[in-house]
Amino acid sequence: MDLSVQIGSLTLKNPLIAASGCFGYGVEYADIVDLASLGGVAVKGLFLAEREGHPAPRIVETPAGMLNAIGLQGIGVRRFVEEQLPELRARRATVIVNICGTTLEEYVEVARILSDAEGIAAIELNISCPNIKEGGMTFGCSLTGTSDVVSAVRKVTRLPIIPKLTPNVTDVASFARASEEAGADAVSLVNTFLAMVIDVESRRPRISNVVGGLSGPAIRPIAVRMVYECRQAVKIPIVGMGGIADARDALEFMIAGASAVQVGTANFVDPYIWPKLLEGITDYVERHQIARLSDLIGTVDIRNDAYERSGA
Amino acid sequence: MPVDVAAEVIANHPLSGDYNVLALAAPAIAASAQPGQFVMVKAGPGQDPLLRRPFSVFEILRDEAGSPAGISLLNKRVGASTALVYAAKAGQLVACLGPLGRPFSVVEAPAEAWMVAGGVGLAPFATLAEALHARGVRSTLFYGARRAAELFCLNVFRDLDIELTLTTEDGSAGEHGRITAPLERRLRAGSADAPVAIYACGPEGMLAATAKLATAYRRPCQVSVERIMGCGLGGCYSCVVPMRSEHGGVHHVRSCLSGPVLAGDQIVWD
Repeated sequence: MDLSVQIGSLTLKNPLIAASGCFGYGVEYADIVDLASLGGVAVKGLFLAEREGHPAPRIVETPAGMLNAIGLQGIGVRRFVEEQLPELRARRATVIVNICGTTLEEYVEVARILSDAEGIAAIELNISCPNIKEGGMTFGCSLTGTSDVVSAVRKVTRLPIIPKLTPNVTDVASFARASEEAGADAVSLVNTFLAMVIDVESRRPRISNVVGGLSGPAIRPIAVRMVYECRQAVKIPIVGMGGIADARDALEFMIAGASAVQVGTANFVDPYIWPKLLEGITDYVERHQIARLSDLIGTVDIRNDAYERSGA
Repeated sequence: MPVDVAAEVIANHPLSGDYNVLALAAPAIAASAQPGQFVMVKAGPGQDPLLRRPFSVFEILRDEAGSPAGISLLNKRVGASTALVYAAKAGQLVACLGPLGRPFSVVEAPAEAWMVAGGVGLAPFATLAEALHARGVRSTLFYGARRAAELFCLNVFRDLDIELTLTTEDGSAGEHGRITAPLERRLRAGSADAPVAIYACGPEGMLAATAKLATAYRRPCQVSVERIMGCGLGGCYSCVVPMRSEHGGVHHVRSCLSGPVLAGDQIVWD
């Protein structure tokens, strides 16, 4: 059975990618997850230098979801290449490195270092983190900012570039379009939704950064809608994510237009989820007699009668 | 290596309106858990509450032949997940991932061990007391609670020849006040030559006070911290504790991987 999918020049053996920020550097899971069995591992966002991130509390649970403001704590790109990448390569992981910057120059420098390293499959551009003061979402919330980061990184790497888009904009499809025009190989979406939880008794925000990013099943229908909108807007592949908790959720994103999917929060709940997702997808492909899983991408049926039934 | 098991609830012993001890059938976890380690528990099915919760392994339960058969959790009802753990029924299945984290380093005789527990912070000390007893280490449990009715499971410790020093905030049992008062008297009275290892688990204020006392009297102190955890495996970076780094700065360490047991004098308590 052919479960492989294509992200630009990169072929993934299956569409399942561990989402950045939800899987450490991948090595933390190496003993309980066969990293080689995943389509890809998107490692935690990396700046040039180490960062300590925000003080605890950094997360709070919400109905069917969670809010986080970690603040992109990380070891920096050089230590990643020296200390973590060899282990990921030894485990035959398909490594997608999520990169961050507070300036355009920092994105470029991080991308340059990664392009010189062996064993990296793609770069995911984090232009959508809602939890840092500089960089991140400030690029991803402006069309020119998005375009500038993608073009600048495009100039220094041959690796596939996947800008990760924020849902905290009015029209996410225009950001997918800006990414495509600037030379991105794919886009991934959605990052988390900016949100807030207050403890009513103490009147204090429940996380130290006051606001944070909402993830988990609670956001899934919005994320599916955004993937669907981007599918209409661009030709490049889409990596869909947002609250995927089982195989049906993953398939829903693919039908909406995603070529691959990332799973984040659900991995916290069940780190053994990966073979279950793969099995569920395989069952579906067999049951629907789909020749190749990639044939499913973007096949949502929106004929008028279906449209009218849904009340849309 | 941790395992994830659908653990059957063997029994649920209520201790009060808020506290209970939940016994779970989990032989694989029971066989490998060391004192101070924890498990990540999903108390109910479905997506609300969504995440697992960390619990110290309270007791290792053994079958008639003495083989590890399960673990128990000491639970205090404070939110949605702990309410589910409080209400769990025998026969129900609970997802339980573990054992996780860095355990206590168990001291050897002739050193003495002093365990300092506040409230539900008693949880990691039953297994530690067992290990200390097995090594013939002279041990004391300093245990503070709000009131007499919240001093739980004292017989577990008496049966292991652990000396008890008790305090309550309302004076209804033991000494009136906080547990750090008798701890400090004992530190002051002790000979500086006699080695003592201090272990602490409880509210943050008690941990900070205990760690500072230990530093002042030059005693090693291992604290078991409690943090909001997303995954328990190092993936989410939620459960960080600020620790002094080599160059005088502060470094956030993940308490799930580097802890939950950490060196009290390395934590930045402010």
